[in-house]
Amino acid sequence: MTVTDSQKMAYVAAQAADARVNLQFETEDGMTLNMGPQHPATHGTLRIVAQLDGEQVVRCEPIPGYMHRGYEKLCEVRTYPQVTTLINRIDWLGSFANEVPFILAAEKLMDVEAPPRAQVIRTILFELSRLGNISLFLGDLGIQLGGITIGFYAFRDREFVLNQIEAATGGRFHPNFDRIGGLKDDLPKGWIAETHLAMERMRRLCDEFEELVLGNEIFQARTRGIGVIPTDIATSYGMSGANLRATGVDWDLRRDACPPGLSYDLADWKVWTHPDGDSYARTWIRLQEVRESTHIVDQLLDSIPAGPIMAKVPRIIKVPEGEAWVATENPLGEMGYYVVSKGDLVPFRVKIRSASFNNISVVPWVTRGVFVPDVITILASLYFILGDIDR
Amino acid sequence: MGLVESGKLPKPLTQLLSLSRKYSLWVYQWGLACCAIEMGSAFASPRYDVMRLGVIPFPASPRQADLVVISGTVTDKMAPAVKRLYDQMPDPKYVISMGSCANCGGPYWDSYSVTKGVDQIIPVDVYVPGCPPRPEALLEGIVLLQERIGREDMADRWKGDPIVVG
Repeated sequence: MTVTDSQKMAYVAAQAADARVNLQFETEDGMTLNMGPQHPATHGTLRIVAQLDGEQVVRCEPIPGYMHRGYEKLCEVRTYPQVTTLINRIDWLGSFANEVPFILAAEKLMDVEAPPRAQVIRTILFELSRLGNISLFLGDLGIQLGGITIGFYAFRDREFVLNQIEAATGGRFHPNFDRIGGLKDDLPKGWIAETHLAMERMRRLCDEFEELVLGNEIFQARTRGIGVIPTDIATSYGMSGANLRATGVDWDLRRDACPPGLSYDLADWKVWTHPDGDSYARTWIRLQEVRESTHIVDQLLDSIPAGPIMAKVPRIIKVPEGEAWVATENPLGEMGYYVVSKGDLVPFRVKIRSASFNNISVVPWVTRGVFVPDVITILASLYFILGDIDR
Repeated sequence: MGLVESGKLPKPLTQLLSLSRKYSLWVYQWGLACCAIEMGSAFASPRYDVMRLGVIPFPASPRQADLVVISGTVTDKMAPAVKRLYDQMPDPKYVISMGSCANCGGPYWDSYSVTKGVDQIIPVDVYVPGCPPRPEALLEGIVLLQERIGREDMADRWKGDPIVVG
């Protein structure tokens, strides 16, 4: 493959940007600690450069961009069904949840509504991907803080959720199941009973996690009062999702601004908040979120209406001219797509708002003055996915 | 390992060395994207349990590793780091490229910021296709690599073609 000039330029620019950060940090007093771009605590390839004074962090800067794949540009050359395949991989742990807002935005532009059965199944799959996502967080947090056991437990029980997603959609990881106007297929036989069992297992994992980790003295010492984010800071940095709820803000898009096409109103559930805003609060909120998710799934499974799973849509999808913004409450926070269409086969412009980028932008603020091991706790408890930051 | 590299070792000794290298692969997890989670499932979950194959997934640094699994999208910004990692590993070293992105760019084949294939930077021994590959596919890749290591003659280990799973 030939290397073009633009690639060379991009490479040089990236190297220069890195060098700038190194220089800035190194010319000041103290020691510079570089974490990443490959570090277990960074959930992928985030680079953290911290300036230390002894064991304390004076200044810390996250350097994203190591996983930038140019989604917004790529969306402009893919047709609408192809975009779904691509955006699965933004937040790779909750992949079905990434498809939904985009599909809803396209449906809004086309003025199509999915049949009720498809809406309910869509919501169930949305919650299943949330379970797959956050259960990994629970295990991963344990691993980062030095307790590997809970990681094994989480990976064990996560497989049951993935099995259900695979049984319904055919994909363990990236289902690519959502279509404009409905879903690709109906549910397989016996899926509902099996999913009830999987939800039971997830609840047991939550109980185990509570007993094994949350009550643990060492865990409490490492998370309580570490990385406290006050409410005004969280809102001013644009944080969303569980990180915001952990600062005491009662905010959940599923309840407050559920877009048409998802049926959260059929279930009865609770949005948990925690007043502390520290790492412990963020973990606790996510644990409760898993519990509530299992309850939502259980209730929705019993209320799937009969009927078709696909509305009438033309075979070749052309989206009429217009603009639409749809945001949903994804596992990591608010995720939205601003889709601009010029009446073509492909979107004219797609702006993707992903939760992690805003959630991680608080890191320089929250890591000032903390000790080095606490940086790991804070990063782990803020819970970001690199693909969701860089896109 | 001068004798080994020159290929002048008596055959039983080569076999013994190969056997022991085969079942003590220390694998460095170079988790990059989606595939990193499937690699995590394969390496850390009780269902797939890679350690039964004699693969130890916990080296603290590339300097202790024999095998690296490049799992996920390699971007142009990341590519120098991948190269540096590979250079830090002691010989003999093996590379598994996991997933379409690391193999050839995958769904980002027309992206401006993605390296189309990690084999442009470092030599790859096993390609595991899939987006992402199931953990079983990664395990098969490891088993195939172990078979090759088992009958490997150190002298011409660079002459063979890479393995493609599936």
